[in-house]
Formats: sequence, structure tokens, C-alpha cells
Amino acid sequence: MDDGNRLLLSGDEAIALAGWHAGVALGTGYPGTPSTEILENFSRLGGRAQWSPNEKVALEVAIGAAFGGARAMAAMKHVGLNVASDPLFTVAYTGVAGALVIVSADDPGMHSSQNEQDNRRYAVAAGVPMLEPSDSQEAYDFMRAAIEISERWKIPVLLRATTRVCHSSTVVRPQARRDTPKAANFVRDLKGRVMIPGHARPAHRRLRQKLAEISAWNEDCELNRVVPGGKTFGIITSGISFMHAREAAPEASVLKLEFTHPLPMRKIAAFAASVERCVVIEEGDPYLLEAIRAAGIAVSGKPEMYRFGELDVARVRRILRADSSPEPAAPPGKPPQLCEACSYRIVFDALRRHNCIVAGDIGCYTLGVLQPFEAMDSCVCMGASVGVGLGLRHVLPPDQACRVVSVIGDSTFVHSGISGLIEMAYNPPPNGHVVIILDNATTAMTGHQEHPGTGRNLNHEPTGKVVLEDMARSCGIPRVQVVEPRAGSDAFEQALVEALKSRELNVIIARRPCVLIARELKEYEKRRQCHENEEPCACAV
Amino acid sequence: MKTKNLALAPCNIVVAGLGGQGVLTATDIIAEVALRAGFDVKKSEIKGMSQRGGSVSCDVRFGAQILSPMVPAGEADFLLALEPAQLEPNRHLLRSGGVTIDPSVIDADKLPQKKMLNVALLGALSAHLPMAEQEWLDAIGSAFAPKFLEENRQAFLLGRASQNTSVHATAAAA
Repeated sequence: MDDGNRLLLSGDEAIALAGWHAGVALGTGYPGTPSTEILENFSRLGGRAQWSPNEKVALEVAIGAAFGGARAMAAMKHVGLNVASDPLFTVAYTGVAGALVIVSADDPGMHSSQNEQDNRRYAVAAGVPMLEPSDSQEAYDFMRAAIEISERWKIPVLLRATTRVCHSSTVVRPQARRDTPKAANFVRDLKGRVMIPGHARPAHRRLRQKLAEISAWNEDCELNRVVPGGKTFGIITSGISFMHAREAAPEASVLKLEFTHPLPMRKIAAFAASVERCVVIEEGDPYLLEAIRAAGIAVSGKPEMYRFGELDVARVRRILRADSSPEPAAPPGKPPQLCEACSYRIVFDALRRHNCIVAGDIGCYTLGVLQPFEAMDSCVCMGASVGVGLGLRHVLPPDQACRVVSVIGDSTFVHSGISGLIEMAYNPPPNGHVVIILDNATTAMTGHQEHPGTGRNLNHEPTGKVVLEDMARSCGIPRVQVVEPRAGSDAFEQALVEALKSRELNVIIARRPCVLIARELKEYEKRRQCHENEEPCACAV
Repeated sequence: MKTKNLALAPCNIVVAGLGGQGVLTATDIIAEVALRAGFDVKKSEIKGMSQRGGSVSCDVRFGAQILSPMVPAGEADFLLALEPAQLEPNRHLLRSGGVTIDPSVIDADKLPQKKMLNVALLGALSAHLPMAEQEWLDAIGSAFAPKFLEENRQAFLLGRASQNTSVHATAAAA
């Protein structure tokens, strides 16, 4: 949507555009709502974007690019940063030669997530600067700023957005400036990048020194601003909460924090002193509140009930009134369900009838927990089905243990199920185990992204393919079967029954493409054939 | 609806339906028309489950300046329901005197194609809003394949004619 220089962009689109304008050389990530569209749009604009098998690998690839002097971004949902947290904490020590921005798309209220963790805590825990946009214009501007800050202080920067920033569209006026970053070039820095203890000890001190400098700079930084208003009460806020607060209390003075780690405490103290009463309005954890109070500044927060779920204008009005009476419950909508023609229906129907104890995982198929199947007993995080299933098998009495199965999708399996499979081969339960890989040839839940098991890259072009059954066999799983779950066939059920009886280690790959992408898959297959035959490709888009 | 001065307060629209009905597309078109008309616009959508047949709703707000991207409960001027059953669960979002628009206002037999219901309902909505008919048709034209242009135009006008309101009379431009 383009109206002269006014674009109506989602936060995700704005981050992608900013990355493109800033000359980001490589964008990496793993699909996850609400972050997925960042890389898709970066690629559409012409940027080099890649889905990695998981967020840890994505961040590591981006770190490599930034070590090489390039500008890089890694985009993921909040729980993805848990997976990527290992490299995050140490790249904070090493710093980067180019620029590295990690986009964390949090999901307060859990519209499409298994938890509502507040990733602002990661900025503090890892010791990286953090910016929090409140609309698409800021998503664009702060992405540009994050790259500058990263390059200036040679430090990774966290750009933390939330669902209502990522998936709201607001007006953006892009900056006229387009960057031409310096060319990538490797410069050896053994002490700076090889984190053996002798190098890491001074590296930690360097990190704290950088943060102290950034903190001082942030005091006068234009990224935090006061919206003047009445003197009776003031609001300190950040991110999307700013918009709700401004609408709920147009008369209040507001300190809008944008660069939220390390916090500009002198500026905060001065603002708090300028008003009679000061309230912190923030979604999720009391991150700002705790930090500001720890600095000895008197501010009030929100009643505990508002820690749960998203904020909105009505809830901010209630917080400002210190109203903790029960909130009206929103009328229930229609819950989502597995598509009518989804082949997973056959799988969950069989699991239910065989009274299986199902360690489940993250994806469309988590809907197997709902009626009419109710055929899932746990769902913790990406890849957990395999380990959780094994743990149950190890401790349960045999009559229960023999009914345990792990159910995991193809994309989730590649993301973090493979280690579980290795664990299964290495520490087999006494009565074996059954892992069912639901292979619908796509990352369906997040909108049908590719993954290494599809053999196509982010742009749906042919690339190297991980063959799941070969992978399972090479891990040392003795019984590996591929079956097609479809109406009128009992192939899946037979395979399940045999596997449950076998008392051995089993992987059943239930393979049938997602019904929603049948047309696209035909198109991709045509393209792949052209590619393989090295024919001039008439079907190329 | 009563006359609303868009310079002072935003126009709040909630579009509700089920996954696959075109809620997101309808909302995109409203936002596009408002953008082209020079308004500040914000649109908020929750689409994680949109392809799995669950409830989907989108908020669009436009006016001189928009803050929160979400329509506060009890402040929607319009509730556009693509699925009649989605009217009640979303009614609490509507302000008193707010307008509901649902498939009952459209004579389904006159629709060029069944799936153009969302465009017809946009036509009904458009009769209450200050933007010109051509601005709507342009935005609809760019949202769908050109071969559907004429049928979409018919669907839009069918909806637009369904409203007992003199066009443009109900809302003042910013």
C-alpha cells in the first residue's frame, strides 16, 4: 500500500523495509507468529533471507555474518529466543565487527504461543541494548537506529516488538537515506572472539564498560521523549502500552521510553520528580517498575491481574483507577480446528481409539488436544514431544509405558526433534518407544513456510533436502516406516499397532502434504523439475 | 450512526468472521481506502489461527490521529460480520448507537459469486463512510485479480444500495 511517501505497513513489514534500506546483508530466522513476515518481506524486497532449522542456528549464522563485518539480522518469536539464548549471551561478550540486530517478537496474551514470556528480561540477562517500537513508523526507525547502535558500539542489539506492533498496520514514512555498508572483510581477533575463559573474563568487563557508556549516551538520546501534559500525574511507558496509555489518559504527561536497556535513570528520575504522581504502564512483567524502584524512584505499577494478557485502552483506564475488580469476560469465539480434509485427523482418531498417552508438540497438530480427539497429553516447547515421551516411558509402569507415543511435525522435528531421536537411540526405554513424525511437507501453522525437510528454501526454490527417514535410520532407530494417512486406508493404524507391540524403537513417518498447499506444491514440483533438467524455466515467477 | 467528527475522534470498525471468509482482505481494503483519503490509519489483526476455521476479527481505525491500534470495547462505530454467528460474540465491542452490518442485508441470490459477500458488505459499510465510491472501487480493484473487477464492482454496489442512508451524510470528513 503506497500513497506517495505514506506507506501502510505492518510492524513486520516496516522492520523488513528498514533492514533493506540499511543494507542488511543477511536476514536469518525460523518461522514463528508474530515474527514470520519479517524475513518473508525482506526477501520480497530483494534482501537475502533464509529460514534456518531453528533459531539457535539462525542467530549463529547472523553472528558469523556480523563477525565478517556485514550488517545482519536474526528474527524470531519470543520463545525462539530461548532456543537462541546460548549464542546470545556470549555474542554479547564478543561483540561484532559489523552490525547484529536480533528481533524478538513477543506474544502477550498468547494469541499463537505456548507462553507469554517477556523478553525484555533477556536484554538485562544477556547485557544487550534494547529498543521497543510502539508502531510501524518506530519499527522502521528503531530498526535503523538499532543497526547504528550495534555498529557504533560493536554490540548486538535486541529489537523487541509485540503482536500488536508486528501485526498492526500503521502509516510509515520511510527515511530518504539509504545506507551502503562497508564490504564484508575478515579481520582476525583471537582475544575478542574465541571465548576461552582467559579471553572471556576481559570480554565480560568490556561488555559492562560498553553498557555503561551506552547508558550515559541514552540519557540524552532522542529515542526517549516526554509528551508534555498536566503535572498532577505522569505515566512512564514503552512499546505498544504507550499508545493505549495516551488514548486512555490524554491529559497526562508521558515519558515514552524507547531505548529501554540500559535505562536512562536520570531522565526517569527527573520526569518522576516533575509530576505529583507517577504510574508505570507496561504489558507483561513489571520490568520497568522493578528497575525504576530499584533506582530509588517512587512510582506505582499495576495490580497483579494486569500482568496476564495484553493491555488495551480499557485495561489501562482500569490500571489508572487502581481498579482490580474482575474484568468482564470476552464472549467465547469459535475455536480453530484441524481442517476438514486434514490427514492428521486420521492419526489423532487412531491415537484416541488405541488409548495412547501422547507427548505432543508445537504446530497445527496441537489442535489434536481439542474435541473431538482430545488425543494429546502434553505440549511444552518445540521438540519436547520426543524427550517427554521418553521420560514417561522410563518411569511409567509397563501397561502405561507401552501406550506412550511422541507426536511431532516435520518442521518441528527438524527444528529440535533430532536431538531427541539421538537420545532415544542412546538411552532406549526398556519397552522401546514410538515417535510419529507428522510430515505435511510444510511449516503449516505459521503460514506454510519451507524447512530443510521440504528441499526448498525460503523463496520456494530447490535446495538441499533432509530426508527424514534417512535421518532416523542414521540415528540408529531400528524400525522406521513411512505411511500415508488417508481416508479409506488403515495403513497408518496398522503401523501404529505394530509399533506399539514391537517393544523396540520406532519412527513412523505419517506423510501426506497439507491440503491447503496442494496447488502450490504442484507449482514448486514443476519448478524443481525444470531446475533439475536445467531447462530454461518458463514456470519461474 | 450519528455524525462523527473524524478530526476529534477516530472512526472505529471491527470486521469479524471465520477463517477463510475474507476478513483480512476486507479489512485491508478499508484501511487502504482510508489511507488514500489522507487519514491516519491503524489496522490490527490476529491471524495465527485464521486458516483453521476459528473466529477471526480485525480492527481498523481512521481519523486525524490514531493511537491504540485496537478498537476499545464499547467504542466501535461499525461491526461488520461476515458470518451471522460472529455478530453476538463481538457485539460488546459496539458503542451504543453503533451500526451492525451482516449478511442479512445482502440478497445472496444477486451476488455475482458467493465468495464476494465480503465485497458486498464493504459496499454496505461504504454507504456510511465519507470516502468516495471511486476510492472504494479502486482499492477493491487492486486487491483482487483484474478478471473479477466487474463482478466485484457489482457486488460492492449491491451492498452499497442496501443501506437506507443517504451516502456521505452520516460522517463528516476530517
